[in-house]
Amino acid sequence: MKTIFKNVKGYWAATIATPLFMLLEVCTDMIIPLLMASIVDKGVNAGDMHHIYVYGAYMLIAALCGLFFGMMGGKYGAIASAGLAKNLRSAEFKNVQTYSFANIDKFSPSSLITRLTTDVTNIQNAWQMLLRMGMRAPASIIVAMVLSYRVSPQLANIYLYAIIFLVIVMVILMPITARMFNRVFKKYDALNESVEENVSAIRVVKAYVREDYEKKKFKNASNDIYKTFLKVEKTIVMMMPLMTAVVYACILLLSWNGARLIVGGSLTTGELLQLLTYCMNILMSLMMFAMVIMMIFMSQASVKRIGEVINEKPTITDPENPVMEVPNGQVDFDHVNFSYNNSGTGEYVLNDVDLHIKSGETIGIIGGTGSAKSSLVSLIPRLYDVSTGDVKVGGINVKKYDVKSLRDAVSVVLQNNVLFSGTIYDNLRWGDENATNEECQRAAKLACADEFIDRFPDGYNTMITQGGTNVSGGQRQRLCIARALLKKPKVLILDDSTSAVDTNTDSNIRKAFREEIPGTTKFIIAQRVSSVKDADRIIVMDNGKINGIGTHDELLANNEIYRDVYESQTGAGNGDFDEKGDD
Amino acid sequence: MPRPNRSVKLNKEQKAKAKQALKRLFKDLFTKYPVQLVSVVILILVSVLCNVQGTMFMQTLIDSYITPMVKDVAAGQTADFAPLLGAIRKVMAFYILGIIATYAYNYIMIYVSQGMQRYFRDTMFVHMQDLPIRYFDTHAHGDIMSLYTNDIDTLRQMISQSIPQIINSTIMVVSVLVSMLILSIPLTIVTLAMVGVMLLATGKLAGLSGKYFVKQQAAIAKVNGNVEEMMQGQKVVKVFNHEEEAIEDFEKLNEELYQSAAKANTYANVLGPVNAQLGNTSYVLVTVIGGIMALSGVTGLTLGKLASFMTFNKSFSMPINQVSQQLNFIIMAMAGAERIYSLMDEKPETDDGYVTLVNAEIDGDGQLKEADHRTDIWAWKHYHKADNTTTYQRLTGDMVLDDVNFGYVPNKEVLHHVSLYANVGQKIAFVGATGAGKTTITNLLNRFYDVEDGRIRYDGININKIKKADLRRSLGIVLQDTHLFTGTIAENIRYGRLDATDDDVKAAAKLANADGFIRRLPQGYDTVIKGDGANLSMGQRQLLAIARAAIADPPVLILDEATSSIDTRTEKIVQDGMDKLMSGRTTFVIAHRLSTIRNSDCIMVLDQGQIIERGSHDELMQQHGKYYQLYTGKIVNA
Repeated sequence: MKTIFKNVKGYWAATIATPLFMLLEVCTDMIIPLLMASIVDKGVNAGDMHHIYVYGAYMLIAALCGLFFGMMGGKYGAIASAGLAKNLRSAEFKNVQTYSFANIDKFSPSSLITRLTTDVTNIQNAWQMLLRMGMRAPASIIVAMVLSYRVSPQLANIYLYAIIFLVIVMVILMPITARMFNRVFKKYDALNESVEENVSAIRVVKAYVREDYEKKKFKNASNDIYKTFLKVEKTIVMMMPLMTAVVYACILLLSWNGARLIVGGSLTTGELLQLLTYCMNILMSLMMFAMVIMMIFMSQASVKRIGEVINEKPTITDPENPVMEVPNGQVDFDHVNFSYNNSGTGEYVLNDVDLHIKSGETIGIIGGTGSAKSSLVSLIPRLYDVSTGDVKVGGINVKKYDVKSLRDAVSVVLQNNVLFSGTIYDNLRWGDENATNEECQRAAKLACADEFIDRFPDGYNTMITQGGTNVSGGQRQRLCIARALLKKPKVLILDDSTSAVDTNTDSNIRKAFREEIPGTTKFIIAQRVSSVKDADRIIVMDNGKINGIGTHDELLANNEIYRDVYESQTGAGNGDFDEKGDD
Repeated sequence: MPRPNRSVKLNKEQKAKAKQALKRLFKDLFTKYPVQLVSVVILILVSVLCNVQGTMFMQTLIDSYITPMVKDVAAGQTADFAPLLGAIRKVMAFYILGIIATYAYNYIMIYVSQGMQRYFRDTMFVHMQDLPIRYFDTHAHGDIMSLYTNDIDTLRQMISQSIPQIINSTIMVVSVLVSMLILSIPLTIVTLAMVGVMLLATGKLAGLSGKYFVKQQAAIAKVNGNVEEMMQGQKVVKVFNHEEEAIEDFEKLNEELYQSAAKANTYANVLGPVNAQLGNTSYVLVTVIGGIMALSGVTGLTLGKLASFMTFNKSFSMPINQVSQQLNFIIMAMAGAERIYSLMDEKPETDDGYVTLVNAEIDGDGQLKEADHRTDIWAWKHYHKADNTTTYQRLTGDMVLDDVNFGYVPNKEVLHHVSLYANVGQKIAFVGATGAGKTTITNLLNRFYDVEDGRIRYDGININKIKKADLRRSLGIVLQDTHLFTGTIAENIRYGRLDATDDDVKAAAKLANADGFIRRLPQGYDTVIKGDGANLSMGQRQLLAIARAAIADPPVLILDEATSSIDTRTEKIVQDGMDKLMSGRTTFVIAHRLSTIRNSDCIMVLDQGQIIERGSHDELMQQHGKYYQLYTGKIVNA
């Protein structure tokens, strides 16, 4: 709830104005039956035309006021809730930007997306409902009750009983139906998931001639849902007649008792009509109130999810008096242990890694999945913090640097790399926003991306679609490398970044690196031996440990894993045999 | 509150189509639930009339009971409450009847709306299963899914709420209108005029709010798009220190969304108060005009009648508002119905094949004949119309493509003059760039798509003559992106042959090298796979797909090797499984791995839909052509 209040900022006026206007609207809504009663009693029944004119005019004024208040309530309600939604989205987005990799790993992208979109919309709707109806409904019940008591306490008591009765019924029924709904929605989701599964696996279904089998399976599930839904709705359907019954009972009791009071002289007919109007008002408001409570209930989960995003504390922050300049590309690992979960209880992903790399060296890294190749390099730009030991860049502990300066100097091409919607120029300039066209083109050339960019009709101004789906895997990888090069880094890390590039281009890229950026320390993680063969040193990772380190020939002679991998790949053009044609 | 959550603007043609769909929907409704619907209408009628009786009673209560009694008391007599009690009893009876009727029609409607929902769901799914692959390739899966979720939901909304509401409101409006006409024609005209104003206002506001809702929708789409992109690329944002720029971009879109959301909701929120106060204005007008008329005494309107009329005036605007609110739902449901029917009208996969696959055995004379039990021999049962004879031919797995041309869309051929043959037990590898036509060839073999020109022969039989189900049953297929189904591992393997025993399942898993990892899972073969096997690794999923194909034991295999980078050790295991599966079967393999390619009987190098080179590995290496270039990574100076 604190999360919500904090994010009302800038919209407090609208947030407070909305229930106030709604309150005023309620008042006019309650005055109107009073005026009506007077028109009937003293005007129509008494045949007093003047009274009708005067009270008719009053009523029009009341209607105008009601209109004004209602409109204002509507307007400010919309502004307050849209504003809250805006602030929530913004707060979430801003906080996500401060996340470290460890924070990001905690939430999956799809869950973050839901928390920034659907959850916010849920809260926006609930907030608007709360501001507009949360005040209006109880207020209108109270005002109507007070007015009713003023007219006749004896008759007003009938309402009190009715309200108590309905509240009890709702308290009993609401949780039951909510539970039932939850269950049926879960089943419904499961059914939809199975349809989705079927649609995407339709080739399997057809290849195995399983259409009839799938039909039968679906029909059973569908029938199951049908039956559960019937049960739920049968419970809900009782609410409506019950409600009507209560209204009717009130009317009849009012009529009977009212008639006695009128005949007794303590009530007028107009007052009776007035009471009857309140009857509907009260019961409708009660229903409304129940709905508001339901909505608040349902949005609780969203509030919690959003709160988690906003209140998440980044695990990596800048130190005090940070070092702003990375002197060179020397990289040192001093007895590093590393585990993704920081509690330290789990097993280390990296075990006692001790490694010293000179500025300008080219280091190849090879090893099976899960051997912690990516974990190793991710410590260099301080994407994660070590558990014990030190990682140093340029001879200075990475924890002492300003994170931005460190990451500007250490450029990573991540394994699951993405491009963003925009032109190729836009994407390349992520590396350096002030890069000239010539600089961009030079970087593209280094990454061997120029050959296909030049073939696009719009060249470097070609629009990349969201997720980079309009370029092939190999092209995407080369653009990502070019983007990283534009940072003019002191350390360049390629995490399996040429897997979809054919061997030929791959070797051209490496050649360009050697010739054009000799001073940059380069880490190359690869599956293919050919990608790392000519590195100064190759590290063989196995199960979080350095299994061997040396040149290609050395390792071939004395490292079993390396030899194994090499032999399984002999024949130069192994691997993605057909991906050559991806440009 | 009308909350049009998506654009409901339709052009003329769509409107006509949507209307057609609505008609058809009603026809379906009435043919499926004639008795129920008629009873619902009658019950609603009863419920409304009972309700009107109640409203009328308010007037008679005052005019016929209270006022005379007050007069009696004034005249010094004791008031007699007996007639009032009687009247209340009578009204109570009406009320009870009304409540029962309300309950009954709501109850029946549950069956109707849930039943219709199930009907659409089932019919759609059953029909969808029979649609050709082309349908799935040309329609976004998200769109297909939205038929089952959004569109069916709009139909449910309409059937369960809008229809009863409209019937209810219409009966209400008519009966109130008749009552009003009886009481006073001029006042009725005044009331109707005000209703006109109300409808106008509603239309105007709904239009305005609709306009902004469309804008809001567009703004939401933009924000969602940005959020999606940024959240998925968050790590890249961090690596490039791009946080501030990202925030700046987002804030711009966020502000836009706020502006349109505030406006759209304002108009939607204003609608309620406007209608309510117009209703009050109408009330005042009727009172004033009626008062003048009653007091002048010219029109024969009495005060009692005026009082009644005023009540009717109140209860007249409400149902009209309700109907206008339902209109949005109906328009949405019409569009939904139109989409649902258009799926149901899609032409199913045609199948003119008449050659079927049967179990066979060899009788004493060495002749092939049909068997009524499962044997190890399969045969094509070929009925010849010309001479009314049936011949059997043993299924061996001999496949010939003869000058095949094919395009997914007219005028855009993707395969040109492809001819090839595979003898029984041979392994044919396809290599070539993405888009060269490798997958297309496999699509034609199992008739996911049909050849336009040229012929494919299977054991000498044109595959167009073979029943699709039987053709596909004889072909095993392992696709690059493995799809598994929610269920246990055993169930997933058994998908290949439904009557397989547990031992068969284990044997298949062993053959595919999957047995090892399955047994290491805590629940073994009973481990439940969720969400397309998200809880398994890529390699494990592939092993299961291989086991699934193995259990079907088909004579011909179509394999699409995975390109995804699984690590070398798992890759070896997968490769081993595939090799075991391939042995002894005619295999078409879209190959990415050197070892597969090297031990193929024949390699087809495809380029832009044509076979440009063919031969064994050694032959092709000698040619120094495209294959050589692909293999060595060296550019060949031609």
